[in-house]
Amino acid sequence: MSAKGTEVKADTANVEVSKSTGERPKWDNKIQYLLTCIGFAVGLGNVWRFPYLCQIYGGGAFLIPYLIALVFEGLPLLYLELAIGQRLRMGSIGVWNSISPYLGGVGMASMVVSFLVGMFYNTILAWVLWYFFHSFQNPLPWRSCPVFNLTEYVRECELSSPVNYFWYRETLNITPNIETSGSLQWWLVICLATAWCIVYVCFIRGIETIGKAAYITATFPYLVLTIFLVRALTLPGAMTGLKYLFTPQWEILKNPRVWLDAATQIFFSLSLAFGGLIAFSSYNPQKNNCEQDAIIVGCINSATSIYASIPIFAILGFKANSNYEDCLNNNILSLTNAFNMGDQNITIENYETWLTYLNTSDPTKVANLHLKVCDLQTFLDQSASGTGLAFIVFTEAVIKMPGSQVWSVLFFIMLFTLGLSSMFGNLEGVLTPLLDLKLVPTCIPKEIFTGFMCLVYFIFSFIFALGSGNYWLEIFNSYVGSVPLLVIAFFEITAVSYVYGINRFSDDIEWMTGRRPNIFWQANWRVISPLMLLVVLLAYVVIQAMQELTYSAWNPNYVDFPMYEVLPYPGWVCAICVLLSTVPCILIPLVALYRFVHFLKKRVERLRAPSFYENEGYVSDM
Amino acid sequence: MFPRLHFAVCFTAVLGPTLVHTLCPEAVNSSSLIQSLFPGALLNAIMHIFSFRVSDVLVCNETQRVSFWFVVTDPENTSELISGKDVERAVRISRNRINNAFLLTDETLEFLNIPPTLAVPAESGTPPWLIVFGVVIGVVGVGIIALLISSFIQKRRKKGVTEGEEEDCEEEACDKGNGVSHPVEEGADGVNRGFVGDIPFTKL
Repeated sequence: MSAKGTEVKADTANVEVSKSTGERPKWDNKIQYLLTCIGFAVGLGNVWRFPYLCQIYGGGAFLIPYLIALVFEGLPLLYLELAIGQRLRMGSIGVWNSISPYLGGVGMASMVVSFLVGMFYNTILAWVLWYFFHSFQNPLPWRSCPVFNLTEYVRECELSSPVNYFWYRETLNITPNIETSGSLQWWLVICLATAWCIVYVCFIRGIETIGKAAYITATFPYLVLTIFLVRALTLPGAMTGLKYLFTPQWEILKNPRVWLDAATQIFFSLSLAFGGLIAFSSYNPQKNNCEQDAIIVGCINSATSIYASIPIFAILGFKANSNYEDCLNNNILSLTNAFNMGDQNITIENYETWLTYLNTSDPTKVANLHLKVCDLQTFLDQSASGTGLAFIVFTEAVIKMPGSQVWSVLFFIMLFTLGLSSMFGNLEGVLTPLLDLKLVPTCIPKEIFTGFMCLVYFIFSFIFALGSGNYWLEIFNSYVGSVPLLVIAFFEITAVSYVYGINRFSDDIEWMTGRRPNIFWQANWRVISPLMLLVVLLAYVVIQAMQELTYSAWNPNYVDFPMYEVLPYPGWVCAICVLLSTVPCILIPLVALYRFVHFLKKRVERLRAPSFYENEGYVSDM
Repeated sequence: MFPRLHFAVCFTAVLGPTLVHTLCPEAVNSSSLIQSLFPGALLNAIMHIFSFRVSDVLVCNETQRVSFWFVVTDPENTSELISGKDVERAVRISRNRINNAFLLTDETLEFLNIPPTLAVPAESGTPPWLIVFGVVIGVVGVGIIALLISSFIQKRRKKGVTEGEEEDCEEEACDKGNGVSHPVEEGADGVNRGFVGDIPFTKL
């Protein structure tokens, strides 16, 4: 019966009260949520790991194990994470604590892994920024070797190649082995600072700012990929590259390694088990169709991988073609000079006929020239993945394209936005549990806390700015971002299927989306996905254990330089590798044990407790 | 720095015709052949330096590419030759000028055993990448400060609103009901307007 004016004022007062006690923040709209999840899933791996796998595992044939892994492993796990986060409305630690206190370790393991991955992932972004800053020069600095004494090139560069030299010497200033730490490279430190500042700007208010940043970071890569696609398809040699990529070699499917790599690729590509997806969906309204969301995110992630491999391989085909022509032209020049022939007499088209003719007429002279054998297939086989693809192979391709600066700038901005959107998930995977556990003092505003987090990360990532930083990054990448995630995911799915109960879970989903999950999801959650995960985990551990602990070092004084020197890891580094893999996993049984001991203690206390009627008050008097 | 180079090329007529004959046994005097074989600049250059006529040029040992040996004589003492090393150094330093004189490049004009002089990359004062870095970090820094200030202002405003409500209550007549105090709307005549809107609807 109150007047409208007082009612409105009372409502705002109520809202003020609830905000100060901590109403959960939420997404501005569904698009922001979807774009953030897609951005988290679509990362650098879609661009530089999937095309490589496609290439070495028989082109088009690889899509079969890949799509099977997506349907039976990727989508069920994705749906599970989004649903559980949305229902329980907490970050990873809170969610697993709710399901069972003994499983709190799963959440802690997620948080630790997210923290460790965030440390090295942003270093890659710092390298991307370094290349981006250098793309505004004409000519590009990795086009030619630096000159020494006016008459000769720097020896290290001459023996390898300008792109290799720019990456290993001018960017990383890499030491010959991991024991030599070298010094802190100041230029990498300022690139790291820039990268962390950019991350901070987007992350400053948690999902409020992440959601807005996602509009750009999630969509820009697609724009650039399309531009590259159009440009790449018009380059000479593009079709060779594409044919090479997509020609299916069916026999390769008999190799079990292909299936393992497809399963692990899908798993890591969807960024499962980081806790980031749980965190993102925990900010959703509870009545939200998470089944649709999961299918959208999963399918868009795989489609992006396939879409990205087209321009990448067109450009790699162009590069192989270019290298092949350079090789032939060198031979042609040697022949022309040796046989005193007219310029332009031997061309690429009639090279073979000329060579056979000259070989028959004067074989010794031809042999003395030491002509290199130019084979297009060898150049196409020079595959690379990871940082090698982006910073060595692709940069070499870019300098051969007209208008190199533009393509270089576009490429590195694309890589940066791809990585940035993945960083958001990593950071939320750490921030949300901390906020849920109320470990953050309420007097500190969120902006200051996120700034503090970024500062801590920045200082830790100095390890990767040392001379030996790249070696450490490889270690972190192989040992943190692999086995622990598989273990966490296995526990996640068994926890929900068998501890929480699929029936209870289905009831929750029915309440949230209005529909019970159908037999496909039930079968996957109960049997197929856990089994697949277990097999993949065991196979992966076995393969990792069988691998010799060696690494490839860049040593200019090596006898076979520019080949990589294969060195074994020293003992203390091996210990660190093992620690990185096992510490997150160990947290799971440790926390369970701790809770169990706590439970036992309480039980024992209760058993020993005096009965209600005994009054201890007079004991001392008696 | 170096004395003017006097070329003594196997097919010039600077030396006497007999010497030419010993150097060039099967000499063919054909001006049209010369002009079709030589690029115009090379011919002009040679002609300009030595001021002789086309008829003085004799061709021998024809090859499909133009290649020749040359020696350099000391201008004061024409029978003495300048050492090969000095000539090599001269060619290295003036390689660009020689190439330009013949309108050729390092690929098309080769001096045997003399690698091409490498172009020194242009060094600018500040490396360009630092400039781009400066721009980016400046923009990001401004963004961070703007966001921090805006959130600070928002918090201030929120605090101001809640405090303002309580202040409102202290100044005017307040109705404290259910722990939530809200100011009572009073008209000019002191009547509580809170129930005004309901009067037409209350029926006895």
